[in-house]
Amino acid sequence: MVSILDIIGPVMVGPSSSHTAGACRLGLVARDLVAGTPTKALIELHGSFARTGEGHGTDKAIVGGLLGFRPDDERLRDALGIMEKEGLDWRFEKTTLGDEPEVHPNTVRITVTREHRHHVMVGASLGAGRIKVSQIDGYPVEVDGSHHTIVMVAEDIKGSIARISGILSDNDVNIATLRLTRKHRGGDAFMVIEVDERPDDAVGAALKALPWVKWTHRIDKVGG
Amino acid sequence: MYTSLAEAIADAEAQRKSLAQVALEIESRDQGRSVEDIRAALHRALEVMRHAIEQGLTGDLRATSGLVGGDAAKLRHGAAGPLAGTVFREVLMRALAVQEVNAAMGVIVAAPTAGGAGVLPGVLLGLATKHRLTDDQLVDALATAGLIGAVVAHRASLSGAEGGCQAETGAAAGMAAGAATQMLGGSPKQVGFAVALAQQGTLGLVCDPLGGLVELPCVFRNATGAAIAMAAIEMALAGIEFAIPADEVIDTMGEIGREMDVRYRETAGGGLAATPTGRRLAKERLTQIKRA
Repeated sequence: MVSILDIIGPVMVGPSSSHTAGACRLGLVARDLVAGTPTKALIELHGSFARTGEGHGTDKAIVGGLLGFRPDDERLRDALGIMEKEGLDWRFEKTTLGDEPEVHPNTVRITVTREHRHHVMVGASLGAGRIKVSQIDGYPVEVDGSHHTIVMVAEDIKGSIARISGILSDNDVNIATLRLTRKHRGGDAFMVIEVDERPDDAVGAALKALPWVKWTHRIDKVGG
Repeated sequence: MYTSLAEAIADAEAQRKSLAQVALEIESRDQGRSVEDIRAALHRALEVMRHAIEQGLTGDLRATSGLVGGDAAKLRHGAAGPLAGTVFREVLMRALAVQEVNAAMGVIVAAPTAGGAGVLPGVLLGLATKHRLTDDQLVDALATAGLIGAVVAHRASLSGAEGGCQAETGAAAGMAAGAATQMLGGSPKQVGFAVALAQQGTLGLVCDPLGGLVELPCVFRNATGAAIAMAAIEMALAGIEFAIPADEVIDTMGEIGREMDVRYRETAGGGLAATPTGRRLAKERLTQIKRA
């Protein structure tokens, strides 16, 4: 849902809310998937991101997001230099991820690795700094960064949603939306749970302790 | 948030409230935040806008490519010109100032986007001194602008890559026109006419940035966007009514945007970006960025 503060905002480093602020937010989401600064990253730019990203500082903004800088952080200007200084193995490629309108003109695929974690996400910058992550590890999702979000892969067993929502309510976390996607019945389910309060680490630990949960992670709110 | 201006105007009239009030109440309900909290966030946005204007008017800024910068200060100090000493000139120079800061990777408020970020602060803060407007009135105006932008985002688009510049400086002009009309005492209906009048004046506006950079013509288009907003404000407050409702003008913008050739949607493949000079300048400047 579009809010007043989505429109009058974000406060950000210029020059382009799509190419800079939105790109930075996509970088922040990718960073959260591996819970910290990735040691390795492949950033594949599609469409307008590929064509005009360089002059807009899209590369700096995505790299800034991966480094954990917010869209209003003036260090975004120097993000590429910081990346090189830190000796990170991050590289850019231009690619085609599909045709419009299926693929938004400002789309990026980011593959990140940190320690034992390795994830791939596809996301688009929709304008005005708003984003939509459309795919995580091959699962179709919808994450717009306007809420704290829990993403998880779990075996598709009966009663799983009840258990998960129980853990959340026990920890005073209110569910805003919950979406579940499966590649097939009985296969693994990918869950995206948007919540009103930022879940603390205890929630993550409780979810991970469920024997049928294979992987779970918290993505902090990056917009609004 | 509202998805139709007609609905917001009807609510405001029925409840005898301003559009800012109804927008803040809906926002508060949607987001689970108090009205005071949202107003505080808008006060902070206003401060960032003021700071960007000050920075831009020093005239010391240059875009990364060196293509633009330093022109806002010319409007501040230059005595010549038919608009010297007018509130119109106050508006133009502020719109340019913010956009020059944006091109130089300075801190601005995207409103609704960074590419169109000069129009709203230009119009609102350019009018503020002459009309002795308080910060609370300016914050109300920002809330109304947010409502209008949300309707445009829902019905059409706010992205140059999707809808051309009509979706960026065009939407910003609609937001600024409606917000200022309310701020200067216009009724909710007049706000609607102001939005329709501003947005109709930018229909078909292509996004053709040289080299794809948010510099040329973007910086100047913020000043002309502000000019269109000023025309709309003047007409709406004079009681001029536009026959096509704002929602339908916005829908038309969305339709034109979807039909627009990809060359005219932020790809630097058409319009001014594709002129011989445009191509030459872009090539020179982009080479410069790579060397830097």
